[in-house]
Amino acid sequence: MTTTPQDSRAEPTPLAPGAPRSGTTFLGLPTAPRGVGHLRGTQSFPDAARTALRDGQLRANLGRATTTIRGKRAAVVAEVPHWEQLRQAGKALKAATMARLDEHLEELERQVTARGGTVHWARDATEANRIVTGLVQATGSREVVKVKSMATQEIGLNEALEAAGIEAIETDLAELIVQLGEDSPSHILVPAIHKNRSEIREIFRRTIPGVDPGLTDDPRRLAMAARTHLRERFLRARVAVSGANFAVAETGTLSVVESEGNGRMCLTLPQTLITVMGIEKVVPRWEDLGVFLQLLPRSSTGERMNPYTSTWAGVTPGDGPQEFHLVLLDNGRTAVLADEVGREALHCIRCSACLNVCPVYERTGGHAYGSVYPGPIGAVLSPQLTGVEDNASLPYASSLCGACYDVCPVAIDIPSILVHLRGEHVEAQTRPTAEAVAFRGLARVMSNPRLWHLAQRAAGLGRFLARGKPTLPAALPPPASAWTRSRDLPTPPRKSFVQQWTEEHRQ
Amino acid sequence: MRVALFATCLVDTVVPQVARATAVLLERLGHEVVVPPTQACCGQMHVNTGYRREAVPIVANHVRAFAGAEAVVAPSGSCVASIHHQQAMVARRAGEHALADEAQALAGRTYELSQFLVDVLGVTDVGAYYPHRVTYHPTCHSLRLLRVGDRPLALLRAVRGLDLVELPGAESCCGFGGTFAVKNADTSTAMLTDKMANVLSTGAEVCTAGDSSCLVHIGGGLSRLRSGTRTVHLAEILASTEDDVSPTQTTRPAVRA
Ligand code: SF4
Repeated sequence: MTTTPQDSRAEPTPLAPGAPRSGTTFLGLPTAPRGVGHLRGTQSFPDAARTALRDGQLRANLGRATTTIRGKRAAVVAEVPHWEQLRQAGKALKAATMARLDEHLEELERQVTARGGTVHWARDATEANRIVTGLVQATGSREVVKVKSMATQEIGLNEALEAAGIEAIETDLAELIVQLGEDSPSHILVPAIHKNRSEIREIFRRTIPGVDPGLTDDPRRLAMAARTHLRERFLRARVAVSGANFAVAETGTLSVVESEGNGRMCLTLPQTLITVMGIEKVVPRWEDLGVFLQLLPRSSTGERMNPYTSTWAGVTPGDGPQEFHLVLLDNGRTAVLADEVGREALHCIRCSACLNVCPVYERTGGHAYGSVYPGPIGAVLSPQLTGVEDNASLPYASSLCGACYDVCPVAIDIPSILVHLRGEHVEAQTRPTAEAVAFRGLARVMSNPRLWHLAQRAAGLGRFLARGKPTLPAALPPPASAWTRSRDLPTPPRKSFVQQWTEEHRQ
Repeated sequence: MRVALFATCLVDTVVPQVARATAVLLERLGHEVVVPPTQACCGQMHVNTGYRREAVPIVANHVRAFAGAEAVVAPSGSCVASIHHQQAMVARRAGEHALADEAQALAGRTYELSQFLVDVLGVTDVGAYYPHRVTYHPTCHSLRLLRVGDRPLALLRAVRGLDLVELPGAESCCGFGGTFAVKNADTSTAMLTDKMANVLSTGAEVCTAGDSSCLVHIGGGLSRLRSGTRTVHLAEILASTEDDVSPTQTTRPAVRA
């Protein structure tokens, strides 16, 4: 994408003429609005992480859960001899779809409409919430059952419905745990991954009316308690709200992939079904599902095939919901699409494999990211949906170890996007920060051998601070203190290697 | 072969003995080593912190310093990965296409030490002697960006006297991550703690790797704990022989008086 920048910002380092410039900063496309939904936290990542790291129970729960699921995923992926080709096929399909996203969405709209559904276009979270609330109100129902969905979490639909006097009941087991505990999700697949069994038992005993007081933390007993609680709600529900894993443009088919069957109950029992879907979930052809339905379960739950895959197109008289609404949500996605590096983040099929392998996520948990999208994908998606400056600490919340890229079933190069977004953040600053001054100065030094050798000599003088000891003192001024609080720094040598060598080989 | 040695800014300034060991090793294997005196940095730290425009002159300096080199070898998987994956990219982004082409060509002749030894020189037994219990940490960029695979292990297995012990959780990041170690010091330290626990569980005297940055991180943590386990770069182990255990190698844990 080439853009004609009409930007008057002072540019610290002028670009060469004709240099490509990244999209989001210059196109001015709308990002997800503030004050609605859950894409922005209240703290920067380092601050939130600092608190989370001290929560021993959280660390234990997450460590155990992610280790288990990593192992399961690795085992079932290893079974597929052509995994890498499959992965590249998924990547290619997504890239091709994004290149003509508008056409596929219009085709989807035509096909859904032809089959008796109604399509709504929502520019952002506010609009989507208004549309869904209006649709529920029109049915006269005061409650809706919900299929686990990231899009509705993203826009804060439950809060919007509640404000309109409509109760939203989460039916996914983990999502229900989070809802009953008045907590927020910390993982895109297992929203209650930060809770262990005994914590869940405690939440159930406290919040489910009429629950067996002798409830134990046996997973089966816990599931049965949730089942009894939900069953009654399924049977009386008249409206369901879902997200979608995929939407097939050529057939107008929506698809939800799940493990518990609760989603299937929501998708089939009520009279009215409202599906909120990010615009990037569309795939052109039915046969494309063949690729993604192989990639997704193995990557997400570590299963060869997920237990429930529901597909529906429009309405079928006398069978299932008789009214179907599809809300197509932008909420910053077009802005992401405009960024030629960052747009790959839209390929995500929300499997959560990158969260499960991430050494940062494993230790801090999802809440530290402040967005419903945590972990590596969250660190590249949230800042793009909101505009980088609203989530500026997230692209830095990674050691760039690359484990996420290796497991991603659609080969999203998350580390490269993280680095790109760091650049976007730096270049978005209108006033020089102390860091920028330091890095610019260092760049000047590192590109001039004479200055570099002087700087190395100066660094070598740091050895006097050590007063003959092999390491520097732990109490150094910031930013060095951030290192030396937990790690020693070796005493710098008197001479650099290059200097020594040059002296030895001077004839 | 005439080999140009890229010491890398960190090794050159902080742990010069690693570059020295690389030179000693390559000369022992019968190659001529040259050290271009105008070399400085590959630019990775700037790129990875968001200063990609500022990295361009650093890349230009690197390309000038190594112009005409037949083969460039660096004792760092991370810097070599940056040379392969980032230098041309940032130059191109800034519209410096000639520089990008040169950087790309130079990258094609630039090797990480274990790759150079095994793939280019075709040796796994470099004639080293190192009578210590050693565990190997496969640093993330060597592992996932360069895919050095088990080349370092093959080299270590051929070292006489060396007792190689497997590192549990070897493929987990040590938490260094460049400026991540400072910007997210708490998370970085949490990762380091788990890495150190695994290193210490092996009972190894030495933890080795192909990247000094990660070793300075792990070693800094081990030293702070006054652990007896130290970090030693792969090049230092491979340079050691019966007659010449690398003289500058730290053989004592760093304990303050
Ligand atoms: S980025 Fe890739 S690995 Fe992460 S959730 Fe999305 S599809 Fe899965």
